[in-house]
Amino acid sequence: MDNRQVVLKLSDLTMQFGGVVAVDNLNLLLHKNEILGLIGPNGAGKTTAFNCITGVYEPTNGAVEINGNIVIENYPKGKMKEEYKGRNLGKYTKSQTMLPDKVTKLGVARTFQNIRLFKGMTVLENVLVAMHMNQEETVFGATFRSKKARNEEKAMREEALVLLRKVGLYENKDDISTSLPYGKQRHLEIARALATHPTILLLDEPAAGMNPQESDELMHFIGEIRDKFDLSILMIEHHMQVIMGICEHIYVLNYGGQIADGAPAEIQANPAVIEAYLGGDE
Amino acid sequence: MKIQLNNKIKAALTTISIALFLILVFVGDNVISSGSSWRMLITVIEKGSIFALVAASMNLLNGFTGLFSLGQAGFMLMGAYTYAIFTIPSASHDAVYQYFGGGIIKWSIVEVLESKIGVVGHYLGLFIPIIFAGILVAIVAYLIGIPVLRLKSDYLAIATLGFAEILRAFFQWNTLGPVTNGSNVLRKYTTYHSAIFPVVIAGICITIILLLLNSTYGRAFKAIRDDEIAAEAMGINLFKHKELSFVISSFFAGISGSLLAMFQSTISATPFTTQMTYEILLIVVIGGIGSISGSIIGAFLFIACSEWWLRGLDSGSWLGISSDLMRSGFRKVIFAIMIMLVVLFYSKGIMGDKEFSWNRFVNWWLTRPQAIKNWPNKLKSKLVSKKKARMAKSDAKARLKQEKADSDYKKASGTPLFTPLPISDQVIVFDKEGK
Ligand SMILES: Nc1ncnc2c1ncn2[C@@H]1O[C@H](COP(=O)(O)OP(=O)(O)OP(=O)(O)O)[C@@H](O)[C@H]1O
Ligand SMILES: [Mg+2]
Repeated sequence: MDNRQVVLKLSDLTMQFGGVVAVDNLNLLLHKNEILGLIGPNGAGKTTAFNCITGVYEPTNGAVEINGNIVIENYPKGKMKEEYKGRNLGKYTKSQTMLPDKVTKLGVARTFQNIRLFKGMTVLENVLVAMHMNQEETVFGATFRSKKARNEEKAMREEALVLLRKVGLYENKDDISTSLPYGKQRHLEIARALATHPTILLLDEPAAGMNPQESDELMHFIGEIRDKFDLSILMIEHHMQVIMGICEHIYVLNYGGQIADGAPAEIQANPAVIEAYLGGDE
Repeated sequence: MKIQLNNKIKAALTTISIALFLILVFVGDNVISSGSSWRMLITVIEKGSIFALVAASMNLLNGFTGLFSLGQAGFMLMGAYTYAIFTIPSASHDAVYQYFGGGIIKWSIVEVLESKIGVVGHYLGLFIPIIFAGILVAIVAYLIGIPVLRLKSDYLAIATLGFAEILRAFFQWNTLGPVTNGSNVLRKYTTYHSAIFPVVIAGICITIILLLLNSTYGRAFKAIRDDEIAAEAMGINLFKHKELSFVISSFFAGISGSLLAMFQSTISATPFTTQMTYEILLIVVIGGIGSISGSIIGAFLFIACSEWWLRGLDSGSWLGISSDLMRSGFRKVIFAIMIMLVVLFYSKGIMGDKEFSWNRFVNWWLTRPQAIKNWPNKLKSKLVSKKKARMAKSDAKARLKQEKADSDYKKASGTPLFTPLPISDQVIVFDKEGK
C-alpha cells in the first residue's frame, strides 16, 4: 500500500439536499505529492464533494480530515434526521464546521468549474487578492501606507509577478482578467489558487472547454506545478486523456456513490465504470 | 497621438489645482457679499463637499464592497446630533433645552478643551467633536452590522433602511429629550466660520477613502463585490471585511453629518429621511457606481441643480421663461425627469467605474478640436448608416411583402411560378404520388 503521508481524508462523506443524496458515503485518501482523479458522469456529485471539503456546504454526515486533523464533521440533525437516506447514521456525533476562508488558510486551495475570476480586476490584481490573507498589517496601517504595509505590498507584487511568470501569464499581467482567452483564464485561476500558498490543490475540471492540444499542455502544467510547489492534487476531470495520463489513482462516482477506485488501467477495465459511463451517455 | 504624463507632473497638477480651488473658495467666501446672488456658489461648494463625502462613503459600501446598504441618512443624523449635543456651550443649555429643564449634559467638549489648553483647545474644539461623532457612529454601525451584514443584498437594503428610520425615531423620542431635545431643534452649538473648513475636512476624508481603496484591503473589498464565493476561497473573511467596510463607511457618514450640522447651524431629525438616502444614492449613481471622483462630481452637480440652477422653476421664471406651471414643487418634477433620463440613457453615470485621471483629462481636451472638426462627418456617416439601415429594413419588408404576395398568388392560381424551388417541390410531390 501507499505509505506516503495522508494529507486529505474523507470519511463517509455524505451530502443530502432535500431528498437528493448528492454525495453518498464517499471515502477518499489523498497522499502527499499525489495526483488523484475524481471522475463520474454529469451530476455524480463531484463538485458537491469539493464544496463539502472547502466549507461551502456543510456535509450532512461524515468527516473531513486535513493533515491529520478533523476539521469538518457532521451528523444529521433536526428534520434531516428523519429524512436521511445515507449510511453510517450514528457513527458521527460531533458537529464541527469551518468557513471557506479558514479552509483556505489551512492550505487547501481550489479552482471552480465555471471560472470565477474577479472580473473588474487585472490579472495581477487577481493574484494579489489571493495574497491578502497573509497580510499582517492592519487596515489603519495599510491605508496610511506604513513602512510595513509598503514592504508587504512590494513583496506581494514581486511574488505575484514571479508566479505569473511561472504560469506563463506575465505578458498579460495588466489585462483585465475576463478579457483573456478561455485557456488562459483557467491558468489564471490556478495561479490565483497557488498564491494562497496551498499544500493541497483541488481542481474542478481544469481542462473543460479546451482542445486536445491545450489539455495536453495543461496536463504537463499540472505535473510541473505539483513538483515546483510541492503539492498534493485532487482533480475532477472529464477529459479521459488527461485523467488517465496524469493521475496515479482514480475514484469514480455515480449518483453520489463511489463505484470504483484504483489505478488508471484498472479503472479503464472496470465493468461498473464502463457501465456508468455508457449508461450516462444514453 | 496620446500624451502620457509622468508622475511628477501629475502630482504637480493635482497639488496646483487643489491649492487653486482652496484659494478661490477662500477668496470667494470673503469677497462675495451675503446679498449677492453669487453667494449661492459658496453655499453649493460647502454643501456639495459635505454630500461628496457622504456619497463617497456610500460608494465605498455599495460600489466597492457590493453591499447594497441604505442606512447613510441614519448615520448622518447620528453624527449631526452627536456633534451638536456635545458642542452646545453651557450658557446656552437653558435656552436650547427649554422644554427639558436645560438638558442633562451641562458641558461642551469645546469648553472643556478651552479650559484645559486655552487657544489651542479652541481650535481643536472644531475637530475633536467631529472625530468623536464619527467614532460613536462607527461603534453603533459595528453593532448593527453584526446581525445585518449576514443578510443578502435586498434584505440588507431593507434592514439598513429600517435601522436608519429607527434611529430617526429614537432621536425624536421625548423620553430622551434631556439629551436629544426630543423633536425640537438643536442650535447654538459651535460652527465653522469659513467655507474652507468643510471643503478641507471632506477633502481629507475622501483622500483617506481613496487610500483605503488602493490598499490591499480595498482590493479585498472589490473581490467581495465581484464574487463572494471566489473571494472566500481566496482566504478573505467575508464577515470581517464587510464589517470593516460598513464601519468605515459609517464613520465618514457620521463626519459628514456633523459637517452638515455645522453648515446648517440648527439641526433636527426631520430632514434625515429615507428620501435623503435616496438622494445620496442618486449622487452615487449619477457620478458612477464604483468611482469616487464620480461621486464628487455628482454631489456638486446635484447640489448645484437642486439648490441653485433649478431654483427658478419653483418661483415662476427660469432662464427667462415664465409660466404658471412653475410654482413650488415644479423643480422636483423637472429634477425627477432629468434623473430618469440619466438613469435610462446614461446608466453608468458620468464616470462609470473609472477614476479621474490627468492623462485621460488632458487627452480628452487635446482631441476636442479634432473631434469637433470630425463631428459633421461623424454625424453625416451616422445619418448615412442610419439611412442605409432604414432602407435595408424597408427593402426587407418589401421583399417579404412581395414573397407573401407571390405565394398568395401561387395558392390562388394553383400554378407555380417559374423559380428553381417549386421545381424540386414538384419532384417531391411527383415522388409521393408515384408511390
Ligand atoms: N445547492 C444544491 N441544492 C440542491 N441540489 C444540489 C445543489 N448542489 C448540487 N445539487 C445536486 O447535486 C447533484 C450533484 O451535483 P454536482 O454539481 O456535484 O455534480 P458534478 O458531478 O459536479 O457534475 P458535473 O460533471 O456536471 O459538474 C446534482 O443532482 C445537483 O442537482
Ligand atoms: Mg461539477
